[in-house]
Amino acid sequence: MRAFVALVGREVRLAWTGGGLWLPVVFYLSVATLFPFVTGPDKALLARTGGGILWIAALLATLLPIERLILPDRQSGVLDQLALRGWSDELVATAKIAGHIVAFALPLLLATVVSSALIGLPEAQLGILLLGLALALPALSGLSVMIAALTAGLSGASALGGLLLVPITIPLLIFGAGTLAEDPGNAMQLLAATSLVITALSPFAAGAALRAGRT
Amino acid sequence: MSSRQASLPSLSLDNVAVMRGNRMVLRDLSLAPRAGDIIWIRGANGCGKSTLLRLVAGLLTVTSGAIHSEGYMALADENLALDGNMTVEAALRFWADMDGASAEARNAALTDMDLQDLAYIPVRFLSTGQRKRASIARVLASHADIWLLDEPYNGLDSASCVRLDQAIIARAASGGIVLVAAHQPPSINVAISLLLDGQGAAA
Repeated sequence: MRAFVALVGREVRLAWTGGGLWLPVVFYLSVATLFPFVTGPDKALLARTGGGILWIAALLATLLPIERLILPDRQSGVLDQLALRGWSDELVATAKIAGHIVAFALPLLLATVVSSALIGLPEAQLGILLLGLALALPALSGLSVMIAALTAGLSGASALGGLLLVPITIPLLIFGAGTLAEDPGNAMQLLAATSLVITALSPFAAGAALRAGRT
Repeated sequence: MSSRQASLPSLSLDNVAVMRGNRMVLRDLSLAPRAGDIIWIRGANGCGKSTLLRLVAGLLTVTSGAIHSEGYMALADENLALDGNMTVEAALRFWADMDGASAEARNAALTDMDLQDLAYIPVRFLSTGQRKRASIARVLASHADIWLLDEPYNGLDSASCVRLDQAIIARAASGGIVLVAAHQPPSINVAISLLLDGQGAAA
């Protein structure tokens, strides 16, 4: 357990020192800053569309740190050293996902508070948006690690990562946007269910990809 | 995560063959070192030395044959596995903690590889030989029963080579098994000298 915590801590530290933490947050805030310039200062329009834009921005921000999640550790031999010490690939993937939730999902949630203020989202919607994103971000973190493990070392890995991520996240986006409607109840439940399935499966998919990639 | 074995380490390779990319890299390889043995694996580039060490480490699977090992292992290959932004001391501590090694073991490893003066320098500033010494220090600190060293002498100056010789001899003398893959002939007394011919067979 202590070793697991140490590995999660290492993920967070690498994100903090390697820029992986700030890049998605800056991107996310940039979208929120730029969006009102495009639509003009129409408060009603911003309130109606702002939540959806933040959902899209969160999905696209997910793509940014993917390349540094697995590839550096494979190249530097860290994954080999963990396997040598009897770590299962699924456990390594779980630690990486947990670290990514702390270093990616939490900062993005905090940035959502700022972003919604920049767009001028009504306060009632901010709560729904935060809840929806909090449900979806663990799944996005799991998918990030899975796709990073699948594409590590391939040429054009980042483009491939985008191609893989976007289709899988469509259900999250649909239900996530659905929560912003008049009655968010059903959409929120479906979002929670979808996110749970993806989050639960991702360590196994990522672990299998780590194992297959070992040469 | 695996627990430490109290008994003597053991290792045996039984008719091991391995295919890599449609090429037979190792064939009919049997090896049964006893505790305290140093095994020196020689051969030209690409003859399968690293493959053999990765097989023993469990990072690759055999195509046929069997490998049995008992004991805690440590591997030093061409990958440093130390975080570049951390100091040498902190990067080594990460793995020493994973291995459950004490602070004394860590400091002794730093001293043995003459790294005390470099302990608080970020790993990314190390030279080739210094990086090699850091990766050997990671193995030393682990107090593993079975050492797998892939070209450990590459990039080391002569003083460091002597230090490494002493460390290997000391580990073998205390009942460990040390596998060294190198392209040069052994500089120390070894129990088993293995020459891989690159055609898959061991001579």
